[in-house]
Amino acid sequence: MRLFSALLLAAALATPAAAETVLINNGRVVTNGAAGIIENGDVLIVDGRISAVGANISAPRGARVVEAQGRFVTPGAFAAMSEVGLSEISGSGAPNDADVEGNLVSAAADAGRAFNPNVTAIPVTRIEGVTRAAIAPSADGSIFDGRGALVSMSGAPDSVFRERAFMVVELGETGAGRTGGSRAALWPAFEAALRDAREYPGRYRSGQGGAVLNELDAAALQPFANGQGMFLVHVESAADIRRLIAFKRNNPRLRFAIHGGAEAWQVANELRASGIPVILDPLVNLPSSFERLSARLDNAVLLNRAGVKFAIAPAPGSVDAHQARLVLQLAGNAVANGLPWDVAFAAVSRGPAEIFGAGNLGRLERNYLADVVIWDGDPLQVTSAPTAVFIEGVEQSLTSRQTQLRDRYNPRNSRR
Amino acid sequence: MRQILRPVIALAATLSIAACATTGTDTDAEDEDPAPFASTYTPRPSTPTLIRNGTVFDGNGAEIANADVLMRDGRIVSVGQNLSAEGATVIDATGKFVTPGIIDAHSHLGVYPSPSINATSDGNELTQPNTAEVWAEHSVWPQDPGFLRAVAGGITTLHVLPGSGNLFGGRGVTLRPVLGARTVQEMKFPDAPQSLKMACGENPARVYGSRNSSPATGMGNVAGYRQAFANAARYARRLEAAENGEGEPPDRDLEMETLAGVINGDIILQWHCYRADEMANAIQVAHEFDFEIAGFHHAVESYKIADLLREEGICSMMWADWWGFKLEAYDGIRENIAFVDAAGACAVVHSDSEVGIQRLNQEAAKAMADGRRAGLEISRAHAWTWLSRNPARALHIADETGTLEAGRRADVLIWSADPLSSYGVAERVYIDGALMYERGAQRDPPSDFELGQTYTRSAQ
Repeated sequence: MRLFSALLLAAALATPAAAETVLINNGRVVTNGAAGIIENGDVLIVDGRISAVGANISAPRGARVVEAQGRFVTPGAFAAMSEVGLSEISGSGAPNDADVEGNLVSAAADAGRAFNPNVTAIPVTRIEGVTRAAIAPSADGSIFDGRGALVSMSGAPDSVFRERAFMVVELGETGAGRTGGSRAALWPAFEAALRDAREYPGRYRSGQGGAVLNELDAAALQPFANGQGMFLVHVESAADIRRLIAFKRNNPRLRFAIHGGAEAWQVANELRASGIPVILDPLVNLPSSFERLSARLDNAVLLNRAGVKFAIAPAPGSVDAHQARLVLQLAGNAVANGLPWDVAFAAVSRGPAEIFGAGNLGRLERNYLADVVIWDGDPLQVTSAPTAVFIEGVEQSLTSRQTQLRDRYNPRNSRR
Repeated sequence: MRQILRPVIALAATLSIAACATTGTDTDAEDEDPAPFASTYTPRPSTPTLIRNGTVFDGNGAEIANADVLMRDGRIVSVGQNLSAEGATVIDATGKFVTPGIIDAHSHLGVYPSPSINATSDGNELTQPNTAEVWAEHSVWPQDPGFLRAVAGGITTLHVLPGSGNLFGGRGVTLRPVLGARTVQEMKFPDAPQSLKMACGENPARVYGSRNSSPATGMGNVAGYRQAFANAARYARRLEAAENGEGEPPDRDLEMETLAGVINGDIILQWHCYRADEMANAIQVAHEFDFEIAGFHHAVESYKIADLLREEGICSMMWADWWGFKLEAYDGIRENIAFVDAAGACAVVHSDSEVGIQRLNQEAAKAMADGRRAGLEISRAHAWTWLSRNPARALHIADETGTLEAGRRADVLIWSADPLSSYGVAERVYIDGALMYERGAQRDPPSDFELGQTYTRSAQ
């Protein structure tokens, strides 16, 4: 029996389904768009994209029809910060490509070139309805952690769909810890790094060298320093956020998003005016550091009320390689604390896609990529799970190393 | 086959001697001279309270619709339909859920408090692999802002442990999350036994191996346990002999006192152990030196040896879905809790986290749902036993709390909605029948640390 299921599994893994024409019939369709939630809605997938969404779509010839039976049908979730694909096991001295130690490179660290689509965490993540992730390294040689990438959870060789999508920079307590222990040195160091990058390669070829960055890091930072890429800035305290807002005012062509923002609720109106979006963790409610003394559970609610653009993901320090799937639980907790359901769901799907500039993801609307999940319940409920996951129109296996372990030890299957 | 879960009667006997015996002083002095560091906990004032017409999980696996819960003098009086009580404060729980308070059997609140800085990293005495002599309670900072958040999540009892860097980390303590407590003694659960925290696996081998000292390996770990218990057994025999008038007692040795307490059964053993094979080795050590293991903590692979754990009567303290952060956590599965439970072994949902402790109900909900998907029948009231009754057993306080049986301490939660969900939140938290927390009530933070900070000024 066990052998038989193993064979079935091997067959399933060996022949991933091609993008086909699929009509998902009669679901509770969360479009994340102007149509809102469509009760008894249908979703038509053709060539990996959404072809139509609405009521009573008829199945084209040859289409496979999947009956949703009134269940939730949603865009795939997008883990707005993760280290998935950067290690098989993150500790125990096992190789961990998320951690870049030493001074060889910092800003130049490139998560997209470390990503491995074959790690077991990817199926584990995918079968919980997460189809995309933003991943980043964490270097410690300067205030720059390195360059992040956008990846699919398909497990396919071409999973990295945007390399060098953003630059992670530490402009709070962590950053201060890397500039002699003080914010007094942090901002001058950041500005010097931007100058080094803008003056690359001239000052390096002339022999002058960088003030704070080596040549590799200056080259990597250059497009971001010239406004051609987004800085994902780790700041938590209201004071640090205000400094960032002021800096942005004086450097309008630079693009910023905040990761963390535990005290963002205190500066919500200024944030809205600045246009800087926030990726926040709705579980952060402890003064776990001095930059989070005013953390509170309804941060997302207050930012939403003020009109600040935001997404939901684990906070800096909680980002890991194995639990990207928990973003849906984070969003559910935001609902429990007062965030409207549709806003919370968008914050783990459409919101990250928009912040990271992946404009063809995060909605069930015509021409969007067909990352679609059918659920056995409310996707923000911890008790729910997907019954089907499509990535760019390809239905994914719902098997993982964990489900194999489960089946091996399930007391219903074996008589141990 | 050593024992099934300890019956409540045996527990009571253990409790009655624990408070004095664990101090190593003589038992006659109990009345006049309280044990050092004894509990000074006193329940908050309470009025008789009738919680009316809720959906009640009784903590023993039963769900009772439209039921009332009556509390008086800090104890549960009864659970049933159409109760009445002259003069009682009546709380309408229509549409709400009523459960026993949640017990977290694995917390580091107070010993790793917020904010996390060098001065507050107070839970791992990483100076030698055997620090059985230290007590976690002596590191607990009662001002930890985490206690308030834990209560808001429905925690009414928690077991605070030292960390897992040592083979013998020291003694753990069972606390009430008393908001505004000035001393740890004001938080100590009366008569609850202390524990000894031990650790299997990667942590001690890493900490000491990297210093080129023992243990550096799994085999070094086990040798370390065995030598220490061999020494402690001799110490315990000499103590006993001296009590019987045969020879002088040994010089007082705090490390030995703790280990001898485990051998005597006065101190319960809580053992950090992820892997099935390492738990089996730990069980062999317990057999060799004839002591009992109350629980394995983290127990990521308990599902592989659920039969053995049932036979041994050992509880497993587990996360719902943590995995992959170490090799010894690699085989974590979402069904661990449900599979352990299905085997008839004692399953407990624990946190080991100042964030996780705030919503252990959601972790139980995940385990329930994943167990059901794997084909097991698990009612939500049964799943609640993982949060209250079973951890009470693992901490040997099951005759005091963990269920809504008449006579138990009135540790009761009222939830806004089904607590086995993402959306149900604790609206009222009663400890010993007294309202410790009410959601939405505007109060200054109970922690002195948080006074005057921007949160306090702006939170309202």
